[in-house]
Amino acid sequence: MKTGFTDPVLDAQAGFRALMQAMARPGRVQQVIPPPELPAGLEAAAAATILTLADAETPLWTDAGEEARAWITFHTGAPLVAEPASAMLLLNTGATMPALATLHAGEDETPQDGATLIRQVTGLAEGSGWRLTGPGIEREHHLAVMGVPGDFPAQWRANAARFPRGVDVVLCAGGRLAALPRSVALREGG
Amino acid sequence: MTASAHMQAPDTDPGYNFAYLDEATKRMIRRTLLKAIAIPGHQIPFGAREMPLPYGWGTGGIQVTASILGPDDTLKVIDQGADDTTNAVSIRRFFHRVAGVRTTTRTAEATIIQTRHRIPERPLTEGQVMVFQVPMPEPLFKLEPRLAETRRLHALGDYSLAQVKLYEDIARQGEGGSSYSHPVMVNHRYLMSPSPIPGFDNPKLHMSPALMLFGAGREKKIYAVPPYTSVVSLDFDDHPFRPVRAPHACAACGSTTSYLDEIVTDDRGGRMFVCSDTDHCAENQMARKAAE
Ligand SMILES: [Zn+2]
Repeated sequence: MKTGFTDPVLDAQAGFRALMQAMARPGRVQQVIPPPELPAGLEAAAAATILTLADAETPLWTDAGEEARAWITFHTGAPLVAEPASAMLLLNTGATMPALATLHAGEDETPQDGATLIRQVTGLAEGSGWRLTGPGIEREHHLAVMGVPGDFPAQWRANAARFPRGVDVVLCAGGRLAALPRSVALREGG
Repeated sequence: MTASAHMQAPDTDPGYNFAYLDEATKRMIRRTLLKAIAIPGHQIPFGAREMPLPYGWGTGGIQVTASILGPDDTLKVIDQGADDTTNAVSIRRFFHRVAGVRTTTRTAEATIIQTRHRIPERPLTEGQVMVFQVPMPEPLFKLEPRLAETRRLHALGDYSLAQVKLYEDIARQGEGGSSYSHPVMVNHRYLMSPSPIPGFDNPKLHMSPALMLFGAGREKKIYAVPPYTSVVSLDFDDHPFRPVRAPHACAACGSTTSYLDEIVTDDRGGRMFVCSDTDHCAENQMARKAAE
């Protein structure tokens, strides 16, 4: 079994601060402290996010392979669920992304129950790409994302339209991550 | 399962986990904080833990601080603007002991500022996080004692009741902005209590570069205002909200823009006005000395 964080306490704290910054400043790319070893199919930022957030209280769906699934269970104790709609956390590493509209979005009085989708992508770059506006953004941020479905912007518009219900997304590439809280508006092509 | 043994920061008390809370509690609070940031102004219940300080000492704020704090942080704690009250000193000592974290009284040096009832005068920066101690998180509690009903009103965004009540209060008192806990609309969606800060501080919440986190220990709620988020004090065309300060200059630094506390100076009714923000006042005094 591959190890988890070198220091489970301080590395989780650093992982959380990266996630908190990412969620508070949508489109700004953050760096994580990489776990020293990674199971096949998981990159550092996605692995660190899982170690930071997942535990026995967080039903988790993933399409990652056997080694990653065993690693998640061993280090976090998170119950793995078969249906994306039943998950509180989703770790999506494959080419296909579960449609945002099919994930749990919370209820009107409990929108905080909306799921968090952690999506491993192939590239993240600030300064070009999607134009983001909303809470956390002074004027606008630009974020280029490689490795999401072509209809992601349309899916995101539908997700944002049901605010305060909705899904929040963490995009991970290598050891870097950026977040899209449901409150953010996304437009394509600058 | 996860290892429980770990390295302590060099000068912390080895009898505690880093920052006192156990890791499962921190994870739960951290997940709650991320959702609070994603839904600005929405109150989220959390499994508050007993802390080694009594309620009223900011146990909600302490749990939020404990969940975000790391060894690279510099912590400032204020109580009504002052760093030197028993409450502020105790909280600062607590975190120094259980997390070995650097503490400061200087707003400019702090990365995390835990506060009871004030926002510093010095403009905050993107590198800073404010943590508010909240006694009563529900802005509708005086109008609607049933929590289930307040949840429904927030879900609907139906704040007509609050507006009627506030209008009556303002019409009676004459002015909006002179009281504490003046409710605000966050991101044009949720009505939120800014905690018992003076109305004078409400505008500092609007489009602040800093992240604002709110923790209510007794009521077990967490909420947040992200940076650069619209925060508008509830008001009316005929009673617009105006931040109010005592119309004096600070007796110690001469400031005519800072929020002032009135201090009784003798038993013959003598009084003076000084900055509530002690660090700001000290900075002003130093600048004045340097200019002389
Ligand atoms: Zn002064």
